[in-house]
Amino acid sequence: MFRRTMLKGTLATAALPLAARAQGRDLTVVSWGGAYQDAQREVFFRPFQQATRIRMLEETWDGGIGVLRSRIASGANTWDVVQVESEELLIGAEEGLFEPIDWAAIGGRDAYIPEAFNEHGVGAILYSFIFAYDRARLAQGPESWADFFDTAKFPGKRGMRRGPKTTLEMALLADGVPPMRVYPMLATPAGVDRAFRKLDSIKAELAWWERGAQPAQWLAAGEVAMTVAYNGRIAAANATDGRNFAIVWTNNLFTLDSWVIMKGSPNRARALDFLKFVGQPEIQAALPPRIPYGVTAKGANDRLAPAVLAQLPTAPANIESALQISDRFWIDNLDSLTQRFNTWVAR
Amino acid sequence: MGRGVLWAAGLLVAAFLLAPILAILPLSFSAGSFLFYPLPGLSLRWYRDFFGSDFWLPALWNSLLIGGAAAGLATLLGVPAAFGLWRLRGAARAVVLGVVLAPMVVPVIVVAVALLLAFGPIGLVATHAGMIVAHAALGVPFVVVTVLASLEGFDAVQLRAAAACGAGPVRAFFRVCLPQIFPGVAAGAVFAFATSLDEVVVALFIAGPAQRTLPRQMFAGLNDSISLTTAAAAAMLVAFSVVLLLVVGWLQGRARR
Amino acid sequence: MSRSPRLSAALLTAPLLAFLLLSFVAPIGAFLWRAVSDAEVAAVLPRTIVALAGWDGAAAPHDAAFAALVADLREARAREATGPAGGIARAASRLNADRPGLRGVLPMTARRVAAPFDGPARDAVIAISAAWADPETWGAIRRAGGPLSSFHVLAALDLRRDASGSLRALPDDQRVFGAVLVRSLWIALLVTGVCLALGWPLAWLAATARGWAATLLLGAVLLPFWISLVVRTAAWMVLLQREGVVNAALGAFGIGPLPLMMNRFAVVLAMVHILLPFMVLPLVAAFRGLDPRLPRAAASLGASPWRVFRRVTLPLCLPGIAAGCILVFIQALGFYVTPALLGGPGDQMLAWFVGFYATRSVNWGLAAALSLLLLVAVGVCVALYGRLAGFRRPGAA
Repeated sequence: MFRRTMLKGTLATAALPLAARAQGRDLTVVSWGGAYQDAQREVFFRPFQQATRIRMLEETWDGGIGVLRSRIASGANTWDVVQVESEELLIGAEEGLFEPIDWAAIGGRDAYIPEAFNEHGVGAILYSFIFAYDRARLAQGPESWADFFDTAKFPGKRGMRRGPKTTLEMALLADGVPPMRVYPMLATPAGVDRAFRKLDSIKAELAWWERGAQPAQWLAAGEVAMTVAYNGRIAAANATDGRNFAIVWTNNLFTLDSWVIMKGSPNRARALDFLKFVGQPEIQAALPPRIPYGVTAKGANDRLAPAVLAQLPTAPANIESALQISDRFWIDNLDSLTQRFNTWVAR
Repeated sequence: MGRGVLWAAGLLVAAFLLAPILAILPLSFSAGSFLFYPLPGLSLRWYRDFFGSDFWLPALWNSLLIGGAAAGLATLLGVPAAFGLWRLRGAARAVVLGVVLAPMVVPVIVVAVALLLAFGPIGLVATHAGMIVAHAALGVPFVVVTVLASLEGFDAVQLRAAAACGAGPVRAFFRVCLPQIFPGVAAGAVFAFATSLDEVVVALFIAGPAQRTLPRQMFAGLNDSISLTTAAAAAMLVAFSVVLLLVVGWLQGRARR
Repeated sequence: MSRSPRLSAALLTAPLLAFLLLSFVAPIGAFLWRAVSDAEVAAVLPRTIVALAGWDGAAAPHDAAFAALVADLREARAREATGPAGGIARAASRLNADRPGLRGVLPMTARRVAAPFDGPARDAVIAISAAWADPETWGAIRRAGGPLSSFHVLAALDLRRDASGSLRALPDDQRVFGAVLVRSLWIALLVTGVCLALGWPLAWLAATARGWAATLLLGAVLLPFWISLVVRTAAWMVLLQREGVVNAALGAFGIGPLPLMMNRFAVVLAMVHILLPFMVLPLVAAFRGLDPRLPRAAASLGASPWRVFRRVTLPLCLPGIAAGCILVFIQALGFYVTPALLGGPGDQMLAWFVGFYATRSVNWGLAAALSLLLLVAVGVCVALYGRLAGFRRPGAA
């Protein structure tokens, strides 16, 4: 009897890979995790699955064009729809990592704000890199990037996002460079050196986060005195966890994320169904009240309350001193500066 | 006096080994959401959270499925191999043993990256089959070692006696040898299952969202924010481990008799 | 038995060997092969590499090389439009590892030259990117011509070949892996040392105690041994984080909160906790195998306790001690999860960099070369272990 069981077992295991391949794979959507993805799940993912009966899997990533390159180049890509940062969209499109978007299938480009259009991507959210601190621990708070880098005035660890993008801009802003001069300066070797020197001055106090959920977590736990963060995560921590975090909007770095479809995805049609679903203004309007990021469908903002609108990065008070992250600069310099940054961090 | 110091030091080290694990277990029964003591009260809310979540329950199921299948595959391949190794001598034995035991010593990160690159083009990444094959390879040395150890207590003359009585070699193995070494085989399978249940690095690299195992899901939770649901998951994994440890202890006790 | 016993014994191991060959040996072999092979660029730019054969390397090459580049890139793009993608990206990554900045240049050039253009290829290509006027760009292509090269292995040792082919250490601000290797070895050594110091008294007690005390002590070792590594790392995170158990307890005495996590201390502490059973179990076996009459005899002959330990106990237990140390050291060297969760950026070990270059920066050659370093270190340890203790895992037996 034992032998028969064994034989059956052997046959079953031999058939496994075949069964797995024949099954195909469910639509896999990749986003940024934490409070943001929790909000997306409520507003986009669950309603999408209920409305279309398409099974969908979620994955979380923390950015990096190298991750997308590795997936395509190794032939081990299992992602279909990914939310990427603006320079990742442009670099990936240039390198053939993404499928072109069939705009007619997702409502046409006129249904979206102009910034959302790209041949290979659909704008998803507008957001800002700000820095935040906990009012419960720091009554007399910092007000500028210079304060962020001033460990004498405000002792304690600082959280920053691991990577050169945003970090170098913030270092220069802290060093007194006016926003409009930041990118021209970073384009020169002396400017890059200056940014790294500024970072060197607080290197011992820096803690690097990679996932968007980490900054709020670190602030809550008191691991850091202040931290760079996405504006929405901090607001979400205040709203849902009863925190009293302050957002410093001075010279925030403003940008846009996009949805892309990975090259060679077997789920292209379902991916477009997904993008069409999340592109509807009435669906999108449910996102900002949960996490204050700007959305990209025309008409979505009309459905928002003034209190919600005021929290968005696009509110006049917030965008006034903002610096828009330069995609052009980062397309040209991301690789070489990432290399230098990684070497600098690892040493 | 020397003996007293030794006892004090030994007990301190034993406490160091146990304390971290014992410290987090009660937290999972907390009624609040803080990761420290004193507890504001006792409740099962984090376990309800665990069983109500979209992620933890499938992860538990994946762990059991992948662990079970990997252990089964490792046992199916490992037991005959151990039996063969037991009778092999010389260079052939050394070579086979070297290959079979390699998964125990090769750093798992190397295995993970190698499998990602090898499995990617043939469509085994982000499949249950890929995970099962990988975990079976990592678990099979434990099956072979354990079965080999129990074969050392088995007298080969019995096989010859069975042959003399007209039993074929297969029949002789199943009727004479296997019943005697069965505790070793079962212990090996449990080891292989435990190896899969513990494994996270390979899962990080080659599992997709539909193959997330319990440790892989915990890793994601630890990277984001440690919630008490993670502590509940940890407590359940600890419970699993205790059960497996007891099973192996019982099996080894049986083998010794 | 009809067949020869040796043959049937070998046949019984065949299914497992075939399985491991396919699922383990071959993938790892293929991966490590990438450390010394150099095929990515030749796959995309075969004609260009031929055209560069006679080039002197002083200035940008002759027009034929430019024409070959255009032809190669057009063909590669056409191939990727219909077949599997990624070839150009892989070649670009390889060139970028040599000359940072080329990653973007190659795909961009491929895209732009796909459309027909007027005039000589040289002008059109240089108009797309000034990098093509730089002889170093072409030098990088020639160096990557393959099929074999020492480029990645040298990079893993912070070395590279310059244009004349002689070895040069990288400039100071680009050196990384020497420090990482030293750090990995140091952490592994430190963990081994602490494990030995902590494991000794516990193992001695477990080996000499009787009855329930022995069972309890062994249980204290075996229980954590069976519990998932992730769970134990998580336990340390819960204990050590800013609003964790330890800091809350210290706070009750008015101390802290102390930064206990994201540093070397946390990494070593958790690694010791995780690896301690691997030290204690061989030590227990060694101490149990020790004939208690020998130290007693030495003491009764007038030797001081220290002398008894050094001359009698230690030499007799040495194989067990060495086995435990090597077992811990091997595993510590390859740690990935614990430093990733508990350490800061300055505490990551070799394994983290293998993962980084494999999945976050398309540099499989470097990942493979770093793996090779790791495997060489492990191989030396395994050889030592094999001599000292034979191949058996104490926990499994």
